[in-house]
Amino acid sequence: MGTVTSARNASLAWLVLPALAFFVAFAVIPLLGIVVLSFCKWNGLGDISFAGLDSWRAVLGNPGLPHALWVTFLIMALSWLVQTPASILIGVFIAGHQRYRALLAVIYFVPLLLSSAAIAITYKALLDPNFGLGPGLHLDFLVQDWLGQGPLAVGVVVFAVSWQYVPFHSLVYQGGIRQIPKSMYEAAELDGAGRVRQFFSITLPQLKYTVITSSTLMVVGSLTFFDLIWVLTAGGPADATRSLALDMYITGFRGNQMGPASCIAVILVLVGLAIAQVLRRLGGSDASASQMEGA
Amino acid sequence: MDPRTTSRRSFIGLAAGLPVAGAALAACGGSSGPSGSASSAGAGGSAPAAGAGATYWTLSGPPGEAVRKATVARFDKANPDSSVKITVFQNDDYKAKIKTAIGAGQAPTLIWGWGGGGLREYVKANQVEDLTSWFDQNADVKKRLFPSSFGAATIDNKIYAMPCETVQPIVLYYNKKVFDKVGVQPPQSWGEIMALVPKFNAAGIAPFSLGGQSRWTNMMWLEFLFDRIAGPEIFQSVLDGQKDAWSAPGSIQGLTELQKLVKANGFVKGFSSITADSNADQALLYTGRAAMMLHGSWSYGIQKAQGGKFVAEGSLGYMNFPPVEGGKGDPSDTVGNPGQYIAISSKATDGQKTAAKAFFAKGLLDDAEIKDWIGTGGVPIINGTDSQLASAGADAPFLQFVYGVASKAKVFAQSWDQALPGSAAETLLDNIAKLFQLSITPQQFASNMNAIIGQ
Repeated sequence: MGTVTSARNASLAWLVLPALAFFVAFAVIPLLGIVVLSFCKWNGLGDISFAGLDSWRAVLGNPGLPHALWVTFLIMALSWLVQTPASILIGVFIAGHQRYRALLAVIYFVPLLLSSAAIAITYKALLDPNFGLGPGLHLDFLVQDWLGQGPLAVGVVVFAVSWQYVPFHSLVYQGGIRQIPKSMYEAAELDGAGRVRQFFSITLPQLKYTVITSSTLMVVGSLTFFDLIWVLTAGGPADATRSLALDMYITGFRGNQMGPASCIAVILVLVGLAIAQVLRRLGGSDASASQMEGA
Repeated sequence: MDPRTTSRRSFIGLAAGLPVAGAALAACGGSSGPSGSASSAGAGGSAPAAGAGATYWTLSGPPGEAVRKATVARFDKANPDSSVKITVFQNDDYKAKIKTAIGAGQAPTLIWGWGGGGLREYVKANQVEDLTSWFDQNADVKKRLFPSSFGAATIDNKIYAMPCETVQPIVLYYNKKVFDKVGVQPPQSWGEIMALVPKFNAAGIAPFSLGGQSRWTNMMWLEFLFDRIAGPEIFQSVLDGQKDAWSAPGSIQGLTELQKLVKANGFVKGFSSITADSNADQALLYTGRAAMMLHGSWSYGIQKAQGGKFVAEGSLGYMNFPPVEGGKGDPSDTVGNPGQYIAISSKATDGQKTAAKAFFAKGLLDDAEIKDWIGTGGVPIINGTDSQLASAGADAPFLQFVYGVASKAKVFAQSWDQALPGSAAETLLDNIAKLFQLSITPQQFASNMNAIIGQ
C-alpha cells in the first residue's frame, strides 16, 4: 500500500511542473519586474532610472486613485448584482430537458462567442445619440446621451458586461442545477412544496458552491475588464468609467509614465489577491458541510 | 494531515490569484499588449533585420491613406533595390502604438508623426537619426519645402525629421444650407457665436459638432480662445516652464468662455461619446444636424469623400476662427499642424536607412503625390504651388483659403498636445475632457495644470 501511494504522489508532483513553469514565467517573473519598475522612472523610451518612492508618492497622492478604485468596485458590485440573479434564473430555465429550452440555450450562448471589442463597437453604434437605434427608429426613450453622462455610462458598461457574461454563468448554473438529485424535488413535492418554495429551499442552498465559483469568476474578472470599457467609453466621459485597469493603461501608454503605471498594476494585483482570498474564506471555511442528500 | 492541508490551500490560493495577476500583467507589462500586436503588424512587412527594405508606419483612413500607399507603391516600383513597406493604423491607436514599439526596440525604419514634443522625446532617448548633415548635402530637398515646416522638426538647432504631406490649419466649417434655413449669417466674432447658439438650438439644430471622446478635438477650442484673447504668449510661457502660467487672466477668461458655451448647449448632444476617428462629428455637419464645426483642414477631404454632394454643391462654408471682443490676439493667427514629419529610427540597419533616405529624396512629395494631395483638398508643404492650387477645379477656393491662412498667419502655433511632452499632454487632455464635462472649474483646471509645469 505504502509504495503505491508514494508512487502516485511522485507522478502527481511531476504533473504540476508545466503549469508551475508557465506560472513562474508569465506571472511571477513579470510581477517582480513590475514591482521593481514601480520604484523606477521610465518614459517608455529612454533609460530606466531608480526613483525610490517617487512613483508611489505620486500615485497614492493622486485623487485619481480613489476615484479609479471606486469606479472599479462600483462596476464590480453592479455587474455581480445584475449577473447573478439573471444567470441563476436562466440557468434554472435551461436546466430543464425540454427541446425548445435546449434550442434557446444555444441562442443565449451567442454573446459569449463575440469578442469584447466587437460587442463594444456594436453598443457604441446602437447607442449613438445622433445616428443610433433611438433616433433611427424614432424611439424617444432610447434617445439618451448614453455614453456622455457619467452615471448612464457606468450603467451601459455594466449592461454590456452582463450581456456578454451572463451566458457563461448561466451555463455554470445549468451544470450545478443538473447535479442536484431528482429525489430531493420528488420528496419536496410529496411534502406539498410548490415550485417557488422548491427553488428557495432546495435549488438555491444546493447551489451554494456554484454561486461561490461563479461569483469569484465575476468579481475577480471584473477587475480586469479593459477592452470592453476602453472601446466603449475610453474611460469617459471625463473619468466616469476610468477603472483601475484603464487608469493603469492610460498612465502607462498614453502618459508614458511607466513607474506610476506599475504602482497601479501592483495595487491591482494586491486588490485581486485580497478579494480572491476573502471569497475563498467565505466558501471554504465550512468544509465539513455536505451538500449531498442525506447529510 | 496538517502540512498537506496547508500546501493544498496555498496552492488553491495561488490558483485563485492567477487570473488576476496574469491579466493585470498582460495589460500593464503592456509591452505584451500593444507592442505584441504592433510587432506582428510590422512582421507582415519586414523585421528590423530583414535587409534593405525600410518599414513605414503611418495613419489609416481617407483621404491620406490612399495617397500614402500610392506614393510608396510608385517608389517601390521605381526603386526595386530599396523598397518601403507601409503599415497603417488609426490615429488614436497609432499614438500609443508607435511609442510602445520604439521603447521595445521594434520601431519601424520610418517613424511618421507630428514633430514637436513627441519628436523631442525620441531625440532625448537617442531613438532617431540626426538628419542635419543629410539636409545640408541635399539642399534641393530642403529648398522645395515651406521654411515654416521645419520648426517642429528642429530640436536644439538640429533637424531630426523630414517634413512631408500637407499644412493643416484648424478651420471653422459651417453648413451654408443650415444657415440659410435658420436665416442667420456666419459669425464674425465670439459674441456672435454665442448669439447664434440659442437660435440654432431653437431650430433643433446643434450649433457645433464635436468629437469630444477624442479630446484633442476639444483642445482646438482652447487653442483658439487662448490665442484670440491673449495671443500666443500664455501657451509659450507654459512651454517655457513659467510658474502658474495657466492662472494668467487670459487663461482663466478663455476657460470660462468655453464653459459658457458648453452650458449654453453649444455642442451637439452626446459630444463626449463621439470619436473623431469614426468621422461621426463630420457626418453631423454635412447631414445638417449641426451648423458649425471646428476641425482640421484635412476634414475637407473627408467631407468631400463621404458627404455625398455636400461639398460639390458648395454647401460647405469655412473661415478662420473669429476674434474675441477686446482680445489681444492677432485674428490672422492660426493653430494646427505646420506639416507632418517622418523620422528615421536610429535602430534601423544601414540598408534600411539608405532606403529611407532615398525615399525622402525621390519618393516623398513627388509630382504625383503633390497632385494627389491637392486632389484630396490638401495644401502640400511645397513652395510655389499657387498656380497648381488655382487650377484645382472645384477645390481651388478652399485650397487657396488654406494656403492663404497658412502663409499669412502671424503665428502658426503647433497643436498643444504635439508641442508638449507625452505625460504633460496626457494630463492636459484629461483635464480638458473634465473641463468640457463641467466636472472641474477653470480655477481647478489651472491649478491641476500648473502642478505639472516644468516636470
